[in-house]
Amino acid sequence: MIVARQKPIEEIVEMTQAFHKLLVVGCKGCVTVCNVGGAKEVAILASALRISGKRNGREVVVGEHTLERQCDPEYVDELKDILEDYEAVVSIACGVGPQFIAERYPAVRVFPGVNTQFMGGAEEHGIWSERCAGCGTCVVHYFGGVCPIARCSKSLLNGPCGGSNNGKCEISNDVDCIWDIIVTRMMEQGRLKELIEFKPPKSWATARDGGPRRMIREELVE
Amino acid sequence: MSEYKSGSNLEKVLRAGHFAFTGECGPPQGANVEHLREKAGHLKGCVDAVNVTDNQTAVVRMSSWAASLILLEEGLEPNFQMVCRDRNRLAIQSDILGAYSLGIRNMLCLSGDHQSFGNHPEAKNVFDIDSMQLIYTVKKMRDEGKFLNEQEVDVPPRLFVGAASNPFAEPFDFRVYRLAKKIAAGADFIQTQCIYNMDKFREFMRRAVDMGLHEKCHILAGVTPMKSVGMALYMAKQVPGMDVPDSLIKRLRGAGKGKVAEEGIKFALEQIETFKEMEGVAGVHLMAIEWEHKVPEIAERAGVLPRPSV
Ligand code: SF4
Ligand code: SF4
Repeated sequence: MIVARQKPIEEIVEMTQAFHKLLVVGCKGCVTVCNVGGAKEVAILASALRISGKRNGREVVVGEHTLERQCDPEYVDELKDILEDYEAVVSIACGVGPQFIAERYPAVRVFPGVNTQFMGGAEEHGIWSERCAGCGTCVVHYFGGVCPIARCSKSLLNGPCGGSNNGKCEISNDVDCIWDIIVTRMMEQGRLKELIEFKPPKSWATARDGGPRRMIREELVE
Repeated sequence: MSEYKSGSNLEKVLRAGHFAFTGECGPPQGANVEHLREKAGHLKGCVDAVNVTDNQTAVVRMSSWAASLILLEEGLEPNFQMVCRDRNRLAIQSDILGAYSLGIRNMLCLSGDHQSFGNHPEAKNVFDIDSMQLIYTVKKMRDEGKFLNEQEVDVPPRLFVGAASNPFAEPFDFRVYRLAKKIAAGADFIQTQCIYNMDKFREFMRRAVDMGLHEKCHILAGVTPMKSVGMALYMAKQVPGMDVPDSLIKRLRGAGKGKVAEEGIKFALEQIETFKEMEGVAGVHLMAIEWEHKVPEIAERAGVLPRPSV
């Protein structure tokens, strides 16, 4: 899933202070799963904005709505009638959401209510970590099913570097050295030989480095 | 001299079978050329080549190729260090050509410390290729006369290719294989991380010799004399991948006030004596960080002077 983190409430208050009619829009996709942008969080943020408005002596109307997905025009269309009563939207979907809303409703001001972090998963309840950097050519099978591009601080394909420290990455004791994990796993699997094979430079042309990406699947296009 | 890969002094010394002795010099955090010349001056005649660090610990300094050229002017042979943190493959290949064209003959290939260590932690990093792939790149340009995209290089750069090895970083069992991998990728010589844990290094070398790696590549043992107990503690606790045994810290503490630095040098000298005899070790890389003026004394007492001329 795409993992996001709520922006500080002060920041949201400050960026929306010129508006008196706000619609907080959530998304039932990834951000609901990572407890940051679902219906529950929409209600919490909306009431926080109301309280803050009152405290600052401002009359703020804050509406609440949660879409099935904000990354799909079909669902974004749903906002059409609702938006007539509002001046601005605070989207608490990932960074895709505010863009789809802004694109569909050019007259409405749209603000992001979360900071989108990474593609990852839940390690356990309340802990998420990065797993994929969307490089466009997946190679995790070479590395014991672990992605060094997203998870090694230097994206090394021939790691580990000399800074690996008792299983921790040189950047911090709070960060695992993923190459330590790759090596341990591969050696346990008896795959040392593969690990010793030189991995040539990767083509980043399929990654963001190749320019903004777009995918067309002819068979699905009507 | 076509039998040589680069014809660098370091290559000649190693190929002639001499026990090599290399030094290190960090470029200034500014354009203080005089200070660089002064530091380099201490190393003159004491070492076979001088490593010129590349924004080490991710702190901005004079570019390593420029500082390497200043060393050349001073009559020293630079070992130009290059990290993958700050350059993509275009910049890497063009800097290799530029460095070679201006007289640089040795190059050390490194991944580079992560920028979060340094003085611009908000920087974006590159890591387009890694140190292993950098070794491969230089070798490919030199031996095949080809860029990474297979296009021909119009006059290939003839560089002596170096790489680093950290025998102490975890996972220990894999380290010797990683060394083998670097040699297979094209490393002509290796300079190790600073060694303090001699038992562990001996074990590492035993494995390297068993695999015949010392016959395919010249392995130089890294030595950094401890200047103080504080430095030893810092190295032990703060520097990732560094192995400083308690016995050494105890020994330095026991030296008494005003005598710690001398004890540190004594330990380094004992290490150098051991390395001279250790199978598979082709020389010593002395990293006397901001202690360049001590190098002549250390070289003298280590019995490695005068340096051979080949
Ligand atoms: S190899 Fe690429 S696509 Fe696969 S997990 Fe890593 S970044 Fe994602
Ligand atoms: S310590 Fe491990 S995770 Fe960190 S940069 Fe080095 S190899 Fe990558």
